[in-house]
Amino acid sequence: MKNSDVCIIELKGLTKTFDDQQVLKGIDLKIYENEFLTLLGPSGCGKTTTLRIIAGFEEPDMGEVLFNGVEISAVPPYKREVNTVFQKYALFPHLDVFDNIAFGLNLKKMPQDVIEQKVKKMLSLVGLSGYENRDVISLSGGQQQRIAIARALVNEPKVLLLDEPLGALDARLRKEMQSELKKIQQEVGITFIYVTHDQEEALSMSDTVVVMKDGEIQQIGTPIDIYNEPENRFVASFIGESNIIEGNMLDDCLVKFDGFEFECVDKGFKPNEEVEVVLRPEDIDIIAKDFKKKTKIHGKVESVVFKGVHYEIMVATENRTYKIHTTDYFAPDLEVGLSFGPEDIHVMYTMGWTA
Amino acid sequence: MRFYKNFILPYLVWAGLLIVIPLIMILIYAFTADGNSVLTVSFTFDNFKNILSSAYISVFWTSLKIGIITVLICLVLGYLMAYLIAQFSEKVQTILILLVTIPMWINMLLRTYAWISILSDNGLLNSLLTFLGLEPMSLMYTDFAVILGLVCDFLPFMIIPIHTSLSKMDKSLIEASYDLGANKFQTFKRVIFKLSIPGVVNGIIMVFLLSISSFVIPKLLGGGNYMMVGNLIESQFISVGDWNFGSAISFVLAAIMLVAIKITEKFDKTDE
Ligand SMILES: Nc1ncnc2c1ncn2[C@@H]1O[C@H](COP(=O)(O)OP(=O)(O)OP(=O)(O)O)[C@@H](O)[C@H]1O
Ligand SMILES: [Mg+2]
Repeated sequence: MKNSDVCIIELKGLTKTFDDQQVLKGIDLKIYENEFLTLLGPSGCGKTTTLRIIAGFEEPDMGEVLFNGVEISAVPPYKREVNTVFQKYALFPHLDVFDNIAFGLNLKKMPQDVIEQKVKKMLSLVGLSGYENRDVISLSGGQQQRIAIARALVNEPKVLLLDEPLGALDARLRKEMQSELKKIQQEVGITFIYVTHDQEEALSMSDTVVVMKDGEIQQIGTPIDIYNEPENRFVASFIGESNIIEGNMLDDCLVKFDGFEFECVDKGFKPNEEVEVVLRPEDIDIIAKDFKKKTKIHGKVESVVFKGVHYEIMVATENRTYKIHTTDYFAPDLEVGLSFGPEDIHVMYTMGWTA
Repeated sequence: MRFYKNFILPYLVWAGLLIVIPLIMILIYAFTADGNSVLTVSFTFDNFKNILSSAYISVFWTSLKIGIITVLICLVLGYLMAYLIAQFSEKVQTILILLVTIPMWINMLLRTYAWISILSDNGLLNSLLTFLGLEPMSLMYTDFAVILGLVCDFLPFMIIPIHTSLSKMDKSLIEASYDLGANKFQTFKRVIFKLSIPGVVNGIIMVFLLSISSFVIPKLLGGGNYMMVGNLIESQFISVGDWNFGSAISFVLAAIMLVAIKITEKFDKTDE
């Protein structure tokens, strides 16, 4: 779902060390025009540092930042064509809403009537028309967030950087702002680079998700790719819930785990290569009738928890306990079988570590 | 919560005894005069009328002038130092602020006498000048000596509130300013300075109040004939013994301070 093939920012081999701790270990990333790209990863994995390097607040130890093909590592932040929405909004408390949004335009010495017009337009884009003269401190978190977005976008940057902009909002407002942000991005048609550690947020908003861990990129792909074809155990367990099982690839499209052979759709592994298999909880069906004939893996229902839309059922089998999401109820202690099709099995290379 | 409120009671008693009652007494003294044998006190405005005589007005004027000059010098030096200190790491900042306050641990009289031994006609400075083959200067008992003494004594009261407002400042506001296209100078002018104004206001008020009411420094560095309001009040209470007139002067001084605080606070709110 890339909207353009024009690469606007390219990161090449970025490394960064803070007091003996290597925070970035070689980041290579291409970011395209009009793309909504999300950096996703657990706390401390280097997302903010990557963003701050793009904004110009940190200099990389090694590597390059190319903006439209030009190296900009040495360009100070105030000369870069990117703007940032800070996590805690960073609105100027000594200025009202109008002057906050007009801050960048005033610096460019634009005529006052142009500034007024642009600020008005931005306020209506973020749904806060008429708030010009309000004190920013008097606004709610969600409103401050919108002002911060307006203040950045009014400068017409080529790229907008957002560092966990919804982190301080409550769950409902978060959901609302997610779709609003997506709408705004499509309306202004610029690149958004978005940082979050919330996988749901990343999947629902992005064109491209970049999964990071310990200063390294684990996988780059569309939300659907990342979810359905996780490249390793870390991505699989970080994005959504999953059953991760060690196995062996017997042949193209044939994998063996838990003592049984299963047909699958993955190819290109060495014969008998050790792999890890992902089975998403919602892809597994529980069969209670005649299951001994229909399924290979058998077990006993260990626990059932109602989760709102579905039940989360743990089934203890000979080798492991499987997690299954289903809308049907199965009583504890019931003997059942587990069923899944070839396309439900995702085979990954092993990482040599355990989560 | 209600229970804890009881803890402020001792403070209220303390404040009542040592602040409110003396204030009321000053007020009473200021508006009264010793009466005749029948009525021991009588209400009067005479004490205030006396202040309007040119000699006393000029004392107020000197105090105001010295106070304002001291504030301005402290403001420039203090802001510069506070800003420089705020550039260091937190650990270093703590040490530097400690260094700034060290002079305050030494008794003010001692510090002032130290200045005398530096500034007097055959003091340290003039010895140095003569040693270098330059003309000695008469520095003692001048406005310069008084202002120098006041600035050195009260500079920490400017540095500390400004430093507090600078170091408390949310760094992301400064980054936001850079991000929106402001260079270092523009960021200082439009964000950093603006956000430090509460500290500046506190510093100005403190230094102004301290210098306009000081009497030790003008007495020692300005000489016996040097009169600031503080000296005037002191002399009325200690040597002249006219408590009524002394109270009236104190009352006017307090009024001037109050007005000065209000003006400075206005400046805080109507920036831009
Ligand atoms: N200025 C700094 N000085 C020292 N260490 C730093 C600095 N900035 C970041 N770090 C360290 O670098 C690591 C990565 O930080 P970063 O802020 O990039 O993580 P993050 O992925 O944004 O995490 P989070 O989700 O918690 O915001 C952390 O261990 C952090 O402590
Ligand atoms: Mg972060």
